[in-house]
Amino acid sequence: MTAAVTAEGLSAGYGGRPVLHDVSFAAAPGLTVCVLGPNGGGKTTLFRALMGELEPLAGRVALSDRPAYVAQTERTRLDFPVSAFDVALMGGLANGRWWLPPRRSDRTAARAALERVGLAAEGDTPFGELSGGQRQRALLARALVQDSAVLLLDEPLAGVDPASAQLIDAIFEQLREEGRTLLVSSHDVEGARGFDVVLCLNRRQVAFGPPAEALDRATIEATYGRELIVLEQPGAARAVTIQHHEHDHGKQ
Amino acid sequence: MSGIELRATLEIVLAGGFCGALGFWVLSERLAYAGESLSHGMLPGLVLAALAGAPLLLGAAGGAVAAAGLIALAARDPRVGPDTGTAVAVTGLVGLGSLLALAPDSPQRLEELLFGDPLGVGDGDLVAAGALVLAGGGALAALRRPLAATSFDPAGAGALGLRPGLVRLALLGLMAAAIAVAVEGLGALLVLAVLVGPPVAVRRHVRNPGAAMLAGAGVAAVAGVAGIQLSAQAGTAAGASVALVLCAAAGLGALLPARRLG
Repeated sequence: MTAAVTAEGLSAGYGGRPVLHDVSFAAAPGLTVCVLGPNGGGKTTLFRALMGELEPLAGRVALSDRPAYVAQTERTRLDFPVSAFDVALMGGLANGRWWLPPRRSDRTAARAALERVGLAAEGDTPFGELSGGQRQRALLARALVQDSAVLLLDEPLAGVDPASAQLIDAIFEQLREEGRTLLVSSHDVEGARGFDVVLCLNRRQVAFGPPAEALDRATIEATYGRELIVLEQPGAARAVTIQHHEHDHGKQ
Repeated sequence: MSGIELRATLEIVLAGGFCGALGFWVLSERLAYAGESLSHGMLPGLVLAALAGAPLLLGAAGGAVAAAGLIALAARDPRVGPDTGTAVAVTGLVGLGSLLALAPDSPQRLEELLFGDPLGVGDGDLVAAGALVLAGGGALAALRRPLAATSFDPAGAGALGLRPGLVRLALLGLMAAAIAVAVEGLGALLVLAVLVGPPVAVRRHVRNPGAAMLAGAGVAAVAGVAGIQLSAQAGTAAGASVALVLCAAAGLGALLPARRLG
C-alpha cells in the first residue's frame, strides 16, 4: 500500500542550519502516529517540512494529500475578531476560490464540523472567548472542513480539559477508521502508547515503530535526556517529561 | 461650504474611508510600523515629483513602490529581523529625500509634502481617490478571506494552500497605494493617522473583519469631515486638524468599554 506520509533522510532547519537530522519513516493510510520529543527536539520543524513551509535541507518528504494542520492554540491570534464558526469555515479555503465568498456547501460543512467537535452551540462565540479545549476543538473543526487524508496536530491535548481531551480522542479514532493518517505531536509518553506507532525525535530520529517495541527505557531516555523523570513503579517504569516553554520553530 | 472645502471633504471621505477599512488589516498584520516607514520612505519620490513638476501622486506612487520593495526585502532577512531591516531601509530613504528637498534649487514645498494640504486637492486627486476606492475596495473584498486566515493563524493558512507571504505582500501593495493617494491630503508625516486611527477606534467593538472594515471606513470619513470643519472654524492647518481628530477617535475607541458589533 502506498504510504500517506513519507520522509526519507530528511534534514530541516532555519537559515541553512539543520535542527532536525536524518528522519526516515513511512506512515500508511489510517495510521495514527504520535510524534514524541522534547521542546526543541524538532517536532514542529518536522511538521513545517511536511507542510512544505520549510524546504528540506537534505532528503525529501512526500504526502498523498495537502495536510490539514491544527496549530497549538497559543499560536493563533486570540484577539482577532472571528467566531468559532468563522474558524471552521476557513477550512473551505482549501478548495480554492479564495477570492469568492464561502459557498453554501462550505457553510454546511463548517456547521457539521462544529457539531462533530461538540461546538454546535458555540458557533457565534468569539474564538478568543472560548476555553482552551474549545479553541482546540474549533481548530480541529477547521481541519475537518478541509477534509484532508493527512492531519498534522501540534500538541492538541496540551492544556486541554478532560472532557475536550476525551472528545478529541474519540474524533481521532473516527478519523483513523475513515482511513486518514494522523501525526500528533505530544509530550505525553504514556498517552503515546495508545497510538499505532510512535516517532521519537531529539534533533534526530531516535525511534519509529509500534509503542510496545519502540518505547523502551533507553529510547525514552535518548529522546528526552534531562527533561525526563522515570518513576519506578512495581512491574513497570513510568516516564514523566518536564516541559519548558520554548519551541523549536522559533530557533534561527 | 466652499468649493475648496467640498473637494477637501470629498477627498478625505473617499481616500480616508478606504484607508480606514484597510487599516484593520494593517493593524492585524502588525504593519503599523511598516506603514509609518512607508509613508516616510516615499519622501524621495515626492520631492523628485515636485522638482520635476510632475503630479505628486506619481511621485508618491513611485516612492511608495520603491520604499515598499526595499522594506519588504529588508524585513524578510531573518538575520536582522523585520524591525531593524525596516529601520535601516527607511532611514536611508528619508535621508535621500531630505538631501534632495534641502538642495538650494529645490522648490519651497517641503512643508506641504510633510504635512499635507487637503484644501489644495485638485480634480485629478479626486479621480485618484475614486479609483482607489473602486480598485482597492475590490481587492480588499477579494482578499478578505485569505487575509483573515493569515492574520488569525499563518501556519494554518499555509496548510490551507494559501501563501501567507504573498497575502502579506498584497496587503503591503494596497497600503502603498492608499498612502500614495492619501499623502496629498495629510502629507508624509501625518498620513499614518488615517491608517491606524480608525482601526484602533473600532477594533475592540466589532465581532468580525467585515464589521471592522465598515466601521473603520465610517470613523475615518466622519473624523475627516470633522477635521476639515474644525480647520475652517478655528483657522488651523487642515491636514493636522484631520490627523488630530483621527487620533482623538482612536483614543476614545480605546478607552470606551468593549462592545461587539456586527
